[in-house]
Amino acid sequence: MNTAIEVRQVHKHFGALHALNNIDLEISTGEFFALLGPNGAGKTTLINIIAGLTLASSGSVRVMGHDVIAEYREARRMLGVVPQELVFDPFFTVRETLVFQSGYFGIKKNNRWIDEIIHHLDLSDKADTNMRSLSGGMKRRVLVAQALVHKPPVIILDEPTAGVDVELRQSLWRFIKQLNHNGHTIVLTTHYLEEAEALCNRVAMLKNGSIIVLDNVRNLISNIAGYRIRLQLSPDTIPVALQPLTISHDQGYYVLAIEEYFQLENVMAVLRSTQTQVLELQILQPDLEEVFVKIMHGAENLEFVSV
Amino acid sequence: MNGFLTLLYKELLRFWKVGFQTLFAPILSTLLYLLIFSHVLEEQARVSPSVTYTVFLIPGLVMMAMLQNAFANSSSSLIQSTVSGNHIFMLLSPLSYQEIFTAYVLASVVRGLIVGLGIYVVAVVFFEPPLYSLAWIIAFALMGTALLGALGIIAGIWAEKFEHLAALQNFAILPLTFLSGVFYTISSLPSFWRGLSYLNPFFYMVDGFRYGFFHSSDVSPYLSLGILMVCFLAVSWWTLRMLKAGYKIRK
Repeated sequence: MNTAIEVRQVHKHFGALHALNNIDLEISTGEFFALLGPNGAGKTTLINIIAGLTLASSGSVRVMGHDVIAEYREARRMLGVVPQELVFDPFFTVRETLVFQSGYFGIKKNNRWIDEIIHHLDLSDKADTNMRSLSGGMKRRVLVAQALVHKPPVIILDEPTAGVDVELRQSLWRFIKQLNHNGHTIVLTTHYLEEAEALCNRVAMLKNGSIIVLDNVRNLISNIAGYRIRLQLSPDTIPVALQPLTISHDQGYYVLAIEEYFQLENVMAVLRSTQTQVLELQILQPDLEEVFVKIMHGAENLEFVSV
Repeated sequence: MNGFLTLLYKELLRFWKVGFQTLFAPILSTLLYLLIFSHVLEEQARVSPSVTYTVFLIPGLVMMAMLQNAFANSSSSLIQSTVSGNHIFMLLSPLSYQEIFTAYVLASVVRGLIVGLGIYVVAVVFFEPPLYSLAWIIAFALMGTALLGALGIIAGIWAEKFEHLAALQNFAILPLTFLSGVFYTISSLPSFWRGLSYLNPFFYMVDGFRYGFFHSSDVSPYLSLGILMVCFLAVSWWTLRMLKAGYKIRK
């Protein structure tokens, strides 16, 4: 498998702010990869450096083997970027926007492909509408279309579903999954962790400009998250001995955190000894969101993780 | 079309689509200047026995309008892009900084020339100014608009808000063009002000351009063209360096 994106020892300083701290990252062709992290962690800065929109303070980046500075023409032909902000040129229509973008890449007679992406992104009705008159969701689709006009093998999407309605989100993900299926490498950032969990093979989590976790989704969840049990009790009070495990109590349901299944036995033992009756019990599957919260709130789990 | 031609075409289409504001408005306002000044001053002032004030005014006003519009084109296009963020589409493409520079300068030149030609055509119909040498006229028109187009790139990238750009336009470009001898010959000035005028590059644009019409000028057109070429090379070098380093646009 080839390397689609290679980031080597990248640092970025904005004045006193150390926005990216020694980032090393390799993403293979065909991967569906997520960059996760709280706002301000450095995700967009990293994407901008890969895209050549921001110059790294030090370090190097290659896209499909081409250095983004020294071989910028080749590197940029290999890369499509969907920016986070809804940016557009108010002078032009959807079709003009796409024709110009394709022209910037020196592609002649691209109308067939442009028609195809307009169709796939459900923009056919709006093709000759001025960009100014489009809704936010429509503008988002045009951004995706713009990133695809030159058929790049690597596509980066910076929060593509922020502020997008459910229907569009689903059709967008179907389209992107199809692209990945056809061999495109996909890198995305999102705050919707269930999306990352459902779609991605691997994730990197950034915090304060450093990658603190880099692993495939399944490993992460099984290594880090632990389990949750949801209980309805009679009487509706949790025994003192179980209070340290309790993470919430809402509408008569207690949620307890355990690391391993065998701890369930201890919980039951305590309940039995305090003559608390279990009316309902559910074991909740851990998800990426829990992993994320756990990792962002402390480093005690890091020994599980291969960085 | 290759990338460079696409960008050039897009920049041309950008001002063409709003031509009422970018072409017609400056043509109209310059013609109003001409009409009012000629009405008020025609009888009082005569530049030489053969040249009436109105006719003297025409090349200067044409040049002034060309310069202001060349500057406005690249600077407003760039600041609109950088403020709204859509400049990233250009930056994500394989276009080189030299291609970006050339496309913006050429679009500025074209807008300047269209405005200049529009004013000139109307002026010819009503005032019949003389024409000595088309070659000099074209040389100075190209040089002036290219120089202002390049300056507009610097301004458009440097400015972070529309106010910054308006300040540059009102406190640098406008006074320099007004004080370049558009409305007077500098030989009529006291020596101190005349000396100061020689430091204003806009003076050489107007003076040389006017030479193409009247076959007379305050300084040799060769000298003027030479000075403008040096200015253009210096400004271009500076602009290209800014673009290459990604000053403000690839921060």
